[in-house]
Amino acid sequence: MRILIALMAGAFFGGGLVVSDMVNPARVLAFLDVFGDWDPALAFVMGGAIIPSAIAYWFSKKLTRPLIEEKFFVPQNRTIDGRLIIRALIFGAGWGLAGYCPGPAIAGIAFADWQPIVFVAAMLAGMWLFRLSSELVQSQRSVA
Amino acid sequence: MSPIDPMDPFVALGGGLMIGVAAGVLLIFSGRIAGISGIVARATGTSSGGMPMGQAMAFVIGMPIGAFLVGSRVRSPEIVVTNSVPLLIAAGLLVGVGTRMGNGCTSGHGVCGMARLSPRSLVATGSFMFTGFAIVAATRFLAAG
Repeated sequence: MRILIALMAGAFFGGGLVVSDMVNPARVLAFLDVFGDWDPALAFVMGGAIIPSAIAYWFSKKLTRPLIEEKFFVPQNRTIDGRLIIRALIFGAGWGLAGYCPGPAIAGIAFADWQPIVFVAAMLAGMWLFRLSSELVQSQRSVA
Repeated sequence: MSPIDPMDPFVALGGGLMIGVAAGVLLIFSGRIAGISGIVARATGTSSGGMPMGQAMAFVIGMPIGAFLVGSRVRSPEIVVTNSVPLLIAAGLLVGVGTRMGNGCTSGHGVCGMARLSPRSLVATGSFMFTGFAIVAATRFLAAG
C-alpha cells in the first residue's frame, strides 16, 4: 500500500511537471532570465504547488499519525547556517546552468532525450561524491 | 537563450496544483515529504536515512510514468535543452552535490518547506534562486559580449 501510494504520488508529480512545462529546461531558464524575456510560469507553478501542500501540512497537524504509516517524518531541523546556504547556492548554480533540477530531469527521461539521462547520471555521481567526501571527513575525525 | 512562447498562467497553476496534491497525498498517507533530491538519493542507495528504499524507488519510477501518460494524452512538451555534454555534466554534478545532506531542491525546500513556512527552506530557496538568477544573467552577458 505504501509502495502504491509512493508510485501514484510520483506519477502525479511527474504529470504535474509536464502540464506545467517544468520538464522543459528552456521554461525554467526563461524564469531565471530576469534581464531577458522573463517568463513567470515557474512562479505560478510553485504557488500552485504550495497551496495544496500547505493545506495538507495544516491537516497533518490535526492527525495523530499518517493514514498508512506509524508517524510523520517532517524535518524538525531549524538551524540556518553557512553550510545550508553554500549548498543551496551550489545547487542554484547547477540549476541555472542547464535549467534542470532533480524532479524535471527524472520526469524528462520519459521523453527519450539523452540530455536528462546525462544530467541525472552526473547528479547521482555528485550525490555519491558528496557522500564519499563526508564519510572521509567523518572517518578522519574519528581517528583524530 | 532562445525565446519561448508565453504560457497560460492557469495551466502553470494547474500543473503546480497537481505537484502540490502529490506532495500532500504523500504526507497525509505516508507521512513523508516529497523532496525529490532526497528520494532519488534514497532510491539509488546514496543516502541511508529517510523514506524506505522500496517507496523511494516506486516514487522515482512513477515520475517518468506520469510524465509519459500526460505527455502522450494531454500535452506533449516541446523540450528545448542544451546539447553540450560538459555543461550537462557540470550542472548535474553541482545539483547533486548541492542538494545532498539535509539540504533539498526545488520540491523539498521550494514547495514542501515553503508550505510549512520552514525558515530553513525559505533561506535555502532564496539562496538557490539567487545563484540561479545570477548564472543565467552571467550566461546572457557572456553571450552578448
